[in-house]
Amino acid sequence: MTSPDSNVRRICDQDSVESSVAELASYVLNNLPANNRAAIVGIRTRGWVLAQRVFKRLADSGQAGIELGALDITLYRDDLSTLGSQPIVGKTEINFPIDGCTVFLLDDVIYTGRTVRAAIDALIEFGRPAAIRLAVLVDRGHREYPINADHAAIEVETTADNIVEVRLLEVDGEDAVDLITR
Amino acid sequence: MTEQQSNLDLPLPTGSAESDSIFSAATPYQKRHLLDLESLSRGELERILHDSEGFRQVLFRPVKKLPTLRGKTVVSLFFENSTRTRTSFEVAAKALSADIINFSVSTSSVSKGESLYDTADTVKALGADFIVMRHHSAGAPHFLANLMKEVSILNAGDGCHEHPTQGLLDIFTIAQRKKRIEGLTVAIVGDILHSRVARSNIWGLTKLGAKVRLVGPRTLIPTCFKDLGVETHYKLKDGLEGADVINVLRIQRERMEANLFPSIREYVLMYGITKKRLAWAKSDAILMHPGPVNRGIEVDQDVADGPQSTITEQVTNGIAVRMAALYLLAGARDT
Repeated sequence: MTSPDSNVRRICDQDSVESSVAELASYVLNNLPANNRAAIVGIRTRGWVLAQRVFKRLADSGQAGIELGALDITLYRDDLSTLGSQPIVGKTEINFPIDGCTVFLLDDVIYTGRTVRAAIDALIEFGRPAAIRLAVLVDRGHREYPINADHAAIEVETTADNIVEVRLLEVDGEDAVDLITR
Repeated sequence: MTEQQSNLDLPLPTGSAESDSIFSAATPYQKRHLLDLESLSRGELERILHDSEGFRQVLFRPVKKLPTLRGKTVVSLFFENSTRTRTSFEVAAKALSADIINFSVSTSSVSKGESLYDTADTVKALGADFIVMRHHSAGAPHFLANLMKEVSILNAGDGCHEHPTQGLLDIFTIAQRKKRIEGLTVAIVGDILHSRVARSNIWGLTKLGAKVRLVGPRTLIPTCFKDLGVETHYKLKDGLEGADVINVLRIQRERMEANLFPSIREYVLMYGITKKRLAWAKSDAILMHPGPVNRGIEVDQDVADGPQSTITEQVTNGIAVRMAALYLLAGARDT
């Protein structure tokens, strides 16, 4: 994955990932709409893992009535026409009405803003949400589209040749965030 | 509160949060064309089937539209009659936001004697990115694929050779119902000799580890098919016993000029699938038919409409696998 001379700096260990997830959960909790339904929707793959963790925290704390969904944005990407691009198509699971719902959209990293653009397009195919709030684990800057997170648990200064690698227990075997310099 | 309960039942990810598919997406599909299932690897087959699941979901949404192939043009070029395959490709292309143009062969210059290559070259010059093609000669799409590098050719049936998207949708339908392909026994019943559907099913199913039986009159099962690693049965009961899947082929009256069986009535008496005969297979066996169905000939009315029948599911699944095929060909590397 990384060449031997690349430089890896650990930004978050297991404890700080967990406390960041707790922070995302309290952001959702503090911003739940008073009058309409709410849903937590994660962008596959790691945003979906985060969404399930946040959902579980809210459920464990007795917060009832929140929906949970997964979004696969592959078919909405803007780079599909470039040669040799053939990302694997995953499943979107939005099994509740989006109309009038406040959707908390979760992802691991916000970078150019293109993923979030695709996610919004994918989401509004299902209806007209009351609002979409974006919550991410890491904001690494360098936006190319005018999109910002409503809440970012961690903000990191990066350069264009950095890679921010979020590793989550469920898919990567550990919780960590690494900043890799190529 | 009940909503809350159902959400809590959602499985939390263990190991892989990505996919509950029985098919692996690990192998990319790198061919520019989809000509047959014979030339595909197991991995390539699995990749198409895996991605089809994602596309199938879209068909159940209120808005059945994806922006994925915006600006691409699909031309359907049918030298033989077809309603369902042609319409299915049309629905698939439209759901992906591609433009689809039906090139009507009978009213075109083809009827004035234009060659296949010139017709296809014209279609290409009109800006086609994909040609969906059905032709009465086996190998016609392969011939064009060798000549046209920039256009993706999808074989929608070539003579008695192959009908790859039908094979894929049949396998996909089996997987949806049975949650596996490996180890299943699939009986293909009817006119194997003239069936491109049978050939595509045989290649696909055997590559994925299913056992295939061919069942029908001796005159309609070429003996050389044993070389493909399949069993042949001339008695319906032997062929159906223990089967998980029965795929019934249409008796193609238009191809029956050679008197391969005495009469339709005799065929029905010996090979028509009735409720009683369906019970010779496993009790949870599914009954498939590529359509159009000759009710009362190869399948009885109450069997075709019964709970074991997957005939209408096959139509829906056909759209999904054709969407997956168009999507994967659009992103293929091989030129």
